[in-house]
Amino acid sequence: MGTSNLTKDSPDISAGRLDLSEYAINFDDAVPPLNPQTARVEANRCYFCYNAPCMTACPTGIDIPGFIKKIATDNLTGAAVRILEQNILGGSCARDCPTEILCEQACVRNAEGESPITIGSLQRYAMDNGLDGMPHPFTRAETTGKRVAVVGGGPAGLACAHRLAMLGHEVTIFEAREKLGGLNEYGVAEYKLANDFAAREVAFIMEIGGIEVKLGTALGRDVTLAGLRAEYDAIFLGLGLGAVKALDCEGETLEGVYNAVDYIASIRQAEDFALLPIGRRIVVIGGGNTAIDIAVQAKRLGAEDVTLVYRRDAEAMSATDHEQEFAQTNGVTIKYWSRPLRIEGVNDHVTKVVFEHTGLDTNGKLVGTGREFVIEADMVFKAIGQSFVADPLKDSEQSLLELSQGRIKADDEGRTSLGGVWAGGDCVAGGQDLTVESVQAGKIAAHSIDRVLRK
Amino acid sequence: MADISSIFAGIKSPNPFWLASAPPTDKAYNVVRAYKAGWGGVVWKTLGEDPHVVNVSSRYGAYSYKGNRVAGFNNIELITDRPLDVNLREIKEVKRDWPGRALVVSLMVPCTEESWKSILARVENTGADGIELNFGCPHGMSERGMGAAVGQVPEYVEMVTRWCKQYSRMPVIVKLTPNVTNILGSARAAVRGGADAVSLINTINSIMSIDLDAMAPTPVVDGKGTHGGYCGPAVKPIAMHMVAEISRDPECAGIPISGIGGIETWRDAAEFGALGCGTMQVCTAAMHYGFHIVDDMIDGLKRWMDAKGYATIEDFRGKAVPNVTDWQYLNLNFKTIANINQDLCIKCGLCHIACEDTSHQSIASLLEDGTRKYEVIEEECVGCNLCAHVCPVESCITMNPVDNGLPYLNWTQHPNNPMRKQAAE
Repeated sequence: MGTSNLTKDSPDISAGRLDLSEYAINFDDAVPPLNPQTARVEANRCYFCYNAPCMTACPTGIDIPGFIKKIATDNLTGAAVRILEQNILGGSCARDCPTEILCEQACVRNAEGESPITIGSLQRYAMDNGLDGMPHPFTRAETTGKRVAVVGGGPAGLACAHRLAMLGHEVTIFEAREKLGGLNEYGVAEYKLANDFAAREVAFIMEIGGIEVKLGTALGRDVTLAGLRAEYDAIFLGLGLGAVKALDCEGETLEGVYNAVDYIASIRQAEDFALLPIGRRIVVIGGGNTAIDIAVQAKRLGAEDVTLVYRRDAEAMSATDHEQEFAQTNGVTIKYWSRPLRIEGVNDHVTKVVFEHTGLDTNGKLVGTGREFVIEADMVFKAIGQSFVADPLKDSEQSLLELSQGRIKADDEGRTSLGGVWAGGDCVAGGQDLTVESVQAGKIAAHSIDRVLRK
Repeated sequence: MADISSIFAGIKSPNPFWLASAPPTDKAYNVVRAYKAGWGGVVWKTLGEDPHVVNVSSRYGAYSYKGNRVAGFNNIELITDRPLDVNLREIKEVKRDWPGRALVVSLMVPCTEESWKSILARVENTGADGIELNFGCPHGMSERGMGAAVGQVPEYVEMVTRWCKQYSRMPVIVKLTPNVTNILGSARAAVRGGADAVSLINTINSIMSIDLDAMAPTPVVDGKGTHGGYCGPAVKPIAMHMVAEISRDPECAGIPISGIGGIETWRDAAEFGALGCGTMQVCTAAMHYGFHIVDDMIDGLKRWMDAKGYATIEDFRGKAVPNVTDWQYLNLNFKTIANINQDLCIKCGLCHIACEDTSHQSIASLLEDGTRKYEVIEEECVGCNLCAHVCPVESCITMNPVDNGLPYLNWTQHPNNPMRKQAAE
């Protein structure tokens, strides 16, 4: 410190902004688990509806009143198994599902003007407490001798692999990274899946047996679609989204400008949060859960001012009201109706972002108003969305699979345009890119594959 | 505001709320606290002969329903485990210091004339307002030929009541056990013996739960358990039935009744009053929440009486008794049909599935433009009420009387009854 080239414009970025005890609190569960008493009371608030609307609202169709009734009778193992029957990632979905727009939104208690049953927290209670010391609750059917390649070890791939293994097939998962779990391991805020939950869940899923895992093996680099088709009886693609959308504005390549997903991955893989450098002033650009996750985690690493900037209003944000409120209560400032014009810096490092206020023209189209404002920043995180990378699917210049809206085209069973190849999760067009949707897609595809392989 | 003072079998109290004979009235300390909190009277925990009894540890069991604590309660505690002298001295002091509050002494001694004669004189000397004969305790003491063992034999009830009237000038309240097939047996015996009043119900034989690890009834005492006396909110319906049977029995001849059994609120008290009770005794609710619950019982009862125009308890006491009848006199031509208020309905489907699976298939489950809807099929509805009870929304399902133009017709007149009374030719 105190060197001559350090000016008032030098970035204020440092690690260890907080006391060690604060990191432990900030990156532990954001929502504490229910205790037995609160769980029982909450479970008993459930009306046990006939043909319950919450079940219909759950993408994986979990028998929600059924598992809640079991919690009420203290049959926690029964409750956990009832969840896992439909959703083998029931533990992580309990933690990171946007229940406020799914099951809990459908709860009939809302119609009474009351708060809905906290289905997510009850599901977590069952998953946390129902499986202690139990053997894996599912067994494999008689082996079929069929071999299936699952490309991508995220929620879709894991759900597909587990179900295929259960149905008696031999599964190999090809994962480009060094760990399974996908977004659960690399892409979701630490405080949503604290204490290594993603890895523990993967270990649980693997207990079914019959699943071989090849880590550090990427499609298009280490294996090819054609090669896999030759070797396996069926293929499931759960590739996720490989690229980050660019801002397409001046200054994007300055130092201090990051892809939010990359920095979240660093947080998730950090051995020690106190070693992570974070700026004093942070700007986050984007309106989805990734934007919220990086903004809140930056705050929790000790950043002083975190401003999340989105070009439209709160309603249009893909992050739910609940998520936006969570960010705000964590001290994040959300600015709506603004878009970045350029990122400016000194000595190749970002110092500020120039924004323009936006609005809608008479046709309802988003336009700039010409009014500009500046937010000073030591770090800028881009979180305006991710896109599918189709290159690994290409054979020379020709994509082997038909795409739709830039992603893989698949039918409601996950069948792609190519025989013997299924796909599911974020790499497929449609849906809201939710973990729980990916789990369902993997499960459905597994049954579709099973039907074909048994013919 | 309404006057809720009470004169019950000659015993005056500023309000009808008495603490029942039980742990809360075991000693002066508790009783004084109760008076300070506003209780109109107490029935001092049952005295017996020396040497005093010995109690076990632990003593209480509770029934919690869906997270609600103490929906029912039971105990295996016996009568007072303090020396008789100590209790009598404290009773005398408390009555001297609190002359305006009712102080009734509960008694239980062996079933011999000499035992009763002896203790009656000593109690009378305290200046207590009256005695209550504990003929109801269902555990422990009954094994020794006392409590419910006496209360279950009408001849004993009559005999002991007569002794008490013979050897004491104090009003005698006979506390009845519900552990009988017909409460009128012991109630009529008390009347024959000259009782000034009856009180009921004492506790019900019960096993609260089985500890599935210890494989023993709760509360577990060193690996074993025993049946105890059941009380609390869950027993109120049983108590009210027994009270009503006595109230409408000509042989009981309007004997004053002190109602006991799950009374926790002014509304409970008003219901017991409507069935003829002049005082209401409380125990479990006080043990659950403390003595200050009496505040709303007093205040709520007065406000309800004001709203209804009842100036004194006598103005509504027994008002429901004429409407308690035998099934055979109910009007078979009266008909109600369920109505679902669609604006209040939250589409939980509980009414449909209850009716479909277990009743008369008279609530249709519909899907209108993707929205769930439940509708009563009026021609199938028998007016059973099940849907209204399972509906979680207050007043969403109501039972509406149907004007079918048919005259009153009860079972004694019905053509399907082979024993029907023929109209005179």
